[in-house]
Amino acid sequence: MKDFRRTLLILVPYLWLLALFLVPFLIVVKISLSDIALARPPYLPQFSWADGIWSFLSQLDLENFAFLASDDLYWKAYLSSLRIALVSTLLTLLIGYPIAYGMARAPEEWRATLMMLVILPFWTSFLIRVYAWMGILSQEGFLNQFLLWTGLISTPLTILNTNTAVYIGIVYTYLPFMILPIYAALDRLDGSLIEAAEDLGCSRLSAFWLVTIPLSRNGIIAGSFLVFIPALGEFVIPSLLGGSGTLMIGKVLWEEFFSNRDWPVASAVAVVLLLILIVPIVLFQRNQQKQGDP
Amino acid sequence: MPQTKFAPWDDPNQKPLIRFENVTKRFGDFTAIEALTLDIYEREFFALLGPSGCGKTTMMRMLAGFEAPTSGRIELQGQDIASVPPNKRAVNMMFQSYALFPHLTIWDNIAFGLRRDRMPKHDLADRVEEMLKLVRLEQFARRKPHQISGGQRQRVALARSLAKAPKLLLLDEPLGALDKKLRQDTQFELMDIQEKTGTTFVIVTHDQEEAMTVASRVAVMDQGALMQVDTPEQIYEAPNSVYVADFIGDVNIIAGTAQPDADGVVMLNRAEGATPLRTRSEIAFAPGQPCHLAIRPEKIAISAERPEAADNMLQGKVMDIAYIGNLFTYHVELPDGSVIKAQTANTKRLASRSFTWEEPVWIAWTDSAGVLLDR
Amino acid sequence: MRLSWFNVTSLTLGFAFLYLPMVILVIYSFNESKLVTVWAGFSTRWYGELFSNEAFLDAAWVTLKVAVVSSSFATVLGTMAAYVLVRGGRFMGRTLFSGMIYAPLVMPEVITGLSLLLLFIGIGLDRGVLTVVLAHTTFSMCYVSVVVSSRLMTFDRSLEEAALDLGCSPWDAFRLVTLPIIAPAVISGWLLAFTLSLDDLVIASFTTGPSATTLPIKIFSAVRLGVSPEINALSTIMIGLVTIGVLTASLATKRNALRQKKDAQAAARAA
Repeated sequence: MKDFRRTLLILVPYLWLLALFLVPFLIVVKISLSDIALARPPYLPQFSWADGIWSFLSQLDLENFAFLASDDLYWKAYLSSLRIALVSTLLTLLIGYPIAYGMARAPEEWRATLMMLVILPFWTSFLIRVYAWMGILSQEGFLNQFLLWTGLISTPLTILNTNTAVYIGIVYTYLPFMILPIYAALDRLDGSLIEAAEDLGCSRLSAFWLVTIPLSRNGIIAGSFLVFIPALGEFVIPSLLGGSGTLMIGKVLWEEFFSNRDWPVASAVAVVLLLILIVPIVLFQRNQQKQGDP
Repeated sequence: MPQTKFAPWDDPNQKPLIRFENVTKRFGDFTAIEALTLDIYEREFFALLGPSGCGKTTMMRMLAGFEAPTSGRIELQGQDIASVPPNKRAVNMMFQSYALFPHLTIWDNIAFGLRRDRMPKHDLADRVEEMLKLVRLEQFARRKPHQISGGQRQRVALARSLAKAPKLLLLDEPLGALDKKLRQDTQFELMDIQEKTGTTFVIVTHDQEEAMTVASRVAVMDQGALMQVDTPEQIYEAPNSVYVADFIGDVNIIAGTAQPDADGVVMLNRAEGATPLRTRSEIAFAPGQPCHLAIRPEKIAISAERPEAADNMLQGKVMDIAYIGNLFTYHVELPDGSVIKAQTANTKRLASRSFTWEEPVWIAWTDSAGVLLDR
Repeated sequence: MRLSWFNVTSLTLGFAFLYLPMVILVIYSFNESKLVTVWAGFSTRWYGELFSNEAFLDAAWVTLKVAVVSSSFATVLGTMAAYVLVRGGRFMGRTLFSGMIYAPLVMPEVITGLSLLLLFIGIGLDRGVLTVVLAHTTFSMCYVSVVVSSRLMTFDRSLEEAALDLGCSPWDAFRLVTLPIIAPAVISGWLLAFTLSLDDLVIASFTTGPSATTLPIKIFSAVRLGVSPEINALSTIMIGLVTIGVLTASLATKRNALRQKKDAQAAARAA
């Protein structure tokens, strides 16, 4: 009876995840090895028990991956995604670190409120936060009006629908993910360590560089991965803030699927994206585990 | 009416409440309990004593039903309880962390087990009030566990586990979280409650003083085996091994070889040329058998002059003096370099120490003051 | 501790960056003009238009239904999964199981959406509210299980043993002891799942059909064409609701923490 209950408890979530996570993913892999066809669904081969598994397997090939490799649109999209994700991660770190540092140095009674202020945007709709920038960055938007008013510029800048807008969007939406782990690391940092460093002859700046930064390393790494990993596959930001020249792989996959209806190529794009993501994900996991047992 | 001594373990007609029969428990490669046999009788206050990792907690968890023995049998009133799940056993446990339910009031914590038995509302209320009175917490009934002190929590845990009137109550380091002063008061309270309710208590502890104070019998354990099971007096006065003698209280251990004499007297030969020591022994020794003499420091007399007549006397010099308020302990170095501790009570106020460092002294004891041990 | 000018500056600029865009969005939702960027006086006109727009109201209703149902399923499944991860002991395929719990957290939404869509087509399931609920339940149960399992890890196991010892069946021990104690984590898991479902555009776009348009899909197709004052009004309402929710929750937690602290001090004094 006890074993029956335990088995049931394990089986229900297990089967759910198998059916709705693992199996769909295997289907993606399988379709990425199939060929496009004018059929419903629009790919071949279709598996049928009559033909047997071997004839089915023999029809699979790596043609789509060869196509991805030969068409430089995909190369460029992957490279540009990596570049955009990398640059915006760095920018987020540069902006997020001083904020996290300021929070950790703030008076005790403020910290809970500051924490809440960082978390609040996270609960707010992602789509709305990206949308907010459309009104600010457009030709006649708030930013241009402000700059024209101050006299810094005489003609409005084109920011919306460029990569710059994508960077701003990513930094803005993922900033809390950078601040929180760094704040957690800095908050744990024993203040007397800085005092000891200064006592031993460090200047403020070198104490920061030699003590604070190394001791908040785990927070920096965790925050960077938390920004980099989702930014790489981002779809909403490049399609709302980016222009026709903004190449990001999430957008390419979306268009390949919805506009071109090329399921096999879309699947191949997804498989390659995942292969690229495995490296940072594994590194991230390792960093988290290291943090777990100090 | 003459009070008969409570000693069911000496009565062959008594049936034990609990019987461990050749019980072994392994966790993977690690053997926690090795072929252990033990009887515990009704109304006993039984202590399992040993260092951490000796298997005492495993014994308790097997009684509660959280672990099953790998082999052997555990009986409660003659019934094998291996297949009875913890929620069906007439055994309750008081947890080391107290495990009070933080979301329930003190009253509801105590009523928790009674509700599981679907006790009628009126009886339940009476029983909870009775328990609250027993542990003197009537005015705290409506509070939550985090609103009372550590000592009060300990009493709630006790009341909760006693509420169902179990045949057997298991106490896992029940006083471990209390400070020393509170612990001593609570020990007497525990004994009082045990006597009042007549419940069989099995207590697990690593604190030898606590075990000696509360228990009717103590089982000293080491590495999954029972070293000695006996009354506190016997454990202290007649330990059966060097391990037990050393674990309980302060003791001098003198190694040597046995040389049996007449009338149960055994002479202990130490190094070449040293005076043999005279001891009465209940166990027989073969000539030349290696053995140890265990003797408590308070059984050794210390004097400046050579004693007139003593079974054993040795000369040495005072090496160290420890003053513990009510007692002086002198560390006396013998000519062969070994050190013997002798203790004297501090009876005279402001009396200066009778001896000082480096002073030559005599130590002496009778032939029945120590125990000769073969292991 | 004294705040240096550097810290004050970085905090001010940082929080201005985080909040100014939303403040501007809210202000312009009260703009009379159709042109979002030109201020033409205060008006609540766009709120009126929003509430008479059937398409938005329908989408909001669909989204709410999906979010309530999927987050409830996700909470049950996620709590079960957390229990299995923390208390399940060893069983066949445990590594795969914990992998399947953590992978969806880092999986790009486009891939999750694509794979679920291909599954639904493969088994011939008509796309609509049901498929979106299935999709949302699957990815948010993983978030729930992470939240709940981190609470379970710090849960004193002897509380469950005490319940068993006092006569509870394992199910009763869970219902009467474990669940009430981990309830705050389960509730935050539900809230997280609910918000994720309300927010999701990508996965819903892949897995929905023409019969079930969710609010994010509706917003996305509207804002693709440019800024619209109606969307500003809608955003303002959503931001307002979230702010009230988060403020209430954090005030409640703060008051609770204060009371606990006071009680503990009182108990220490009484001892």
